[in-house]
Amino acid sequence: MTQPQMEMADSQTGAEPIIIARDVEKWYDNNFHVLKGVSLTVAKGEVVVVMGPSGSGKSTFIRTFNALEPYQKGSIEIDGIQLSHDLKNIDAIRREVGMVFQQFNLFPHLTVLDNVTLAPKWVRRWPKAKAEEVAMQLLERVGILNQAHKYPGQLSGGQQQRVAIARALAMQPKIMLFDEPTSALDPEMVREVLDVMRTLANSGITMVCVTHEVGFAREVADRVVLMADGLLVEEATPAEFFSNPKEERTKKFLSQILH
Amino acid sequence: MTTTTPQFSAPPVNQLGPWAWAKKNLFSSWFNTLLTIISLLLLIWVTTSLLGWALTQAQWDVLPSNFRLLLVGRYPVEFIWQVWLGVAVIAAVGGFSWGVLARQARLLDRRALITLGVLAAIIVVVLALLTNPVSIALALGLLVLLVLTGFAGQAIGRAKPQLGTWLPLLWLVGFLLSFALIRGLIIGRTVRLDDLGGLLLTILVAAVSIVLSFPLGVLLALGRRSDLPVIRGLSVLYIEVIRGLPLITILFASQLLVPMALPPQIRTERVMRAIVGFTLFSAAYLAENVRGGLQSVPRGQSEAAKALGMNPLLTTSLIVLPQALKAVIPTIVGQFISLFKDTSLLAIVGLTELLGMGQAILANPQYLGRSGEVYLFIGLIYFLCCYAMSSASRRLEKQLSAPRRAVEPALTTARPDGG
Repeated sequence: MTQPQMEMADSQTGAEPIIIARDVEKWYDNNFHVLKGVSLTVAKGEVVVVMGPSGSGKSTFIRTFNALEPYQKGSIEIDGIQLSHDLKNIDAIRREVGMVFQQFNLFPHLTVLDNVTLAPKWVRRWPKAKAEEVAMQLLERVGILNQAHKYPGQLSGGQQQRVAIARALAMQPKIMLFDEPTSALDPEMVREVLDVMRTLANSGITMVCVTHEVGFAREVADRVVLMADGLLVEEATPAEFFSNPKEERTKKFLSQILH
Repeated sequence: MTTTTPQFSAPPVNQLGPWAWAKKNLFSSWFNTLLTIISLLLLIWVTTSLLGWALTQAQWDVLPSNFRLLLVGRYPVEFIWQVWLGVAVIAAVGGFSWGVLARQARLLDRRALITLGVLAAIIVVVLALLTNPVSIALALGLLVLLVLTGFAGQAIGRAKPQLGTWLPLLWLVGFLLSFALIRGLIIGRTVRLDDLGGLLLTILVAAVSIVLSFPLGVLLALGRRSDLPVIRGLSVLYIEVIRGLPLITILFASQLLVPMALPPQIRTERVMRAIVGFTLFSAAYLAENVRGGLQSVPRGQSEAAKALGMNPLLTTSLIVLPQALKAVIPTIVGQFISLFKDTSLLAIVGLTELLGMGQAILANPQYLGRSGEVYLFIGLIYFLCCYAMSSASRRLEKQLSAPRRAVEPALTTARPDGG
């Protein structure tokens, strides 16, 4: 097992890039200019935390990586595949990019196990036995093994989010996107989810997380970036970002979240 | 002492005695007291006069002498056993599904026993006045078949729980087989559909229209939400045009237009044309109901499916549609019930379904002035069929929603399993 975050902290240009976003611009249907030219390169195995005030476009930005949000200008390349409007490309990219949502979005009509095995069975075309074996391993990893045959509605929020992580991992993605994974949780459940994310980060997978969890960012991230008003304002190592921010906007944001 | 376990404090029970209940609900103020007394008097007056009429004045002989006409119309008498076989197929499929769905519970619980008891009583008491002992025995045999296949379904369902998802297919097969039997599969001679009448025609037209309009309605609902403007436009056009026309118009139009649309060598029976009309009509309304269900599925569901790499077809068929249809079961069944009742309009286009057969019988000078007897009987049959459908839908809904309801973990463990 490699420790990519160590080398990434030293040099951001050393490792091979897996996400290259150049000058991404997006307008919503009502002509609201939500992304005003955002560029970000993420290296293989890197953990990037995206922070920023609400409405800054950070969720929209990471949702362009798996084409849940279309964009109008700029370019995005994921693992060497250009993200165009070609459906084949989109499906190929989505298979490599897992996503965890703020609202979990588990499928309520399926059991926990079926939630996790559905995409491997239907998209990866794995036989049922293999999909279930992988799913059970993942559920064990996130600590939900004994709930495998329950329905999502019978689990707590923290448990549901851990199942959602297992569901995304079941496709064996190269990149994991986290869209505010702990914002909808009760305070006492935040930790169990962050613990899972921490172990995941140490496994060497590439992660882009939109989150307000400062502790997580400090401890796990290789890089922290700040977005505000549709622009990428600052990017730095966590140590620099939190103790010695360069931009005024970053200082203001940090003063608002670090009471 | 047996009802509460030490860990849980049950909510306080406010049990009212009958007097206290009556005082609270019926006589709480002078106005309510007045309403109660008036309603009671009305109720007594209606029931006594109806009963008085039914027991003294009514001449019920019109029913036994026309019973076969009311049930199967002019279906050839010598082949009527094919109808029995067809009904038996449906009873077997119904019993089997009942068993599979109730595999976790006791099959003959109190409700099931009461329902079966009432049905048996109706068969023995009511049919005895209307028809011959052979039919009564056959009808009772159907009940026995229902229960036996129920037990079979339960046993097989326990062994193979994934069977539940195949039940719709089983119903389709059973339905086609039953239709083929009634049509004359065994005798090798086609029974003309236009000879069918009475309840059999009512059920046949309703069932075929329901089975055909369901997929069409789902497709139209999906089409209306499509990203492709042409498909969306055509779906909206179809739905709005059909919903803007009265059913009668569509029935007349289908009688006239279907033969024109088909090449002249293909001759359609009038029943077929009517089914086309009902199907087209029902599909438009069904599409709107299903669309309501589709809208009730949160956007996050399809986003999560897409993020897992599922294509639009998989996303719709595995994630969105199952949740949407579950959400609208009551509305869809409600619509099927009204479709069932709307088949009475067949009488207007000259087909003698249940109501039409009633009118035909009343047109016979021999039975002049027996409309009360005939219509009361027909109304009762309609009610029984619709009530059966709505209670089946309630059970189905309960069955499908049970596992998803949030259950307190402590509660499930405290419940004595299999006790």
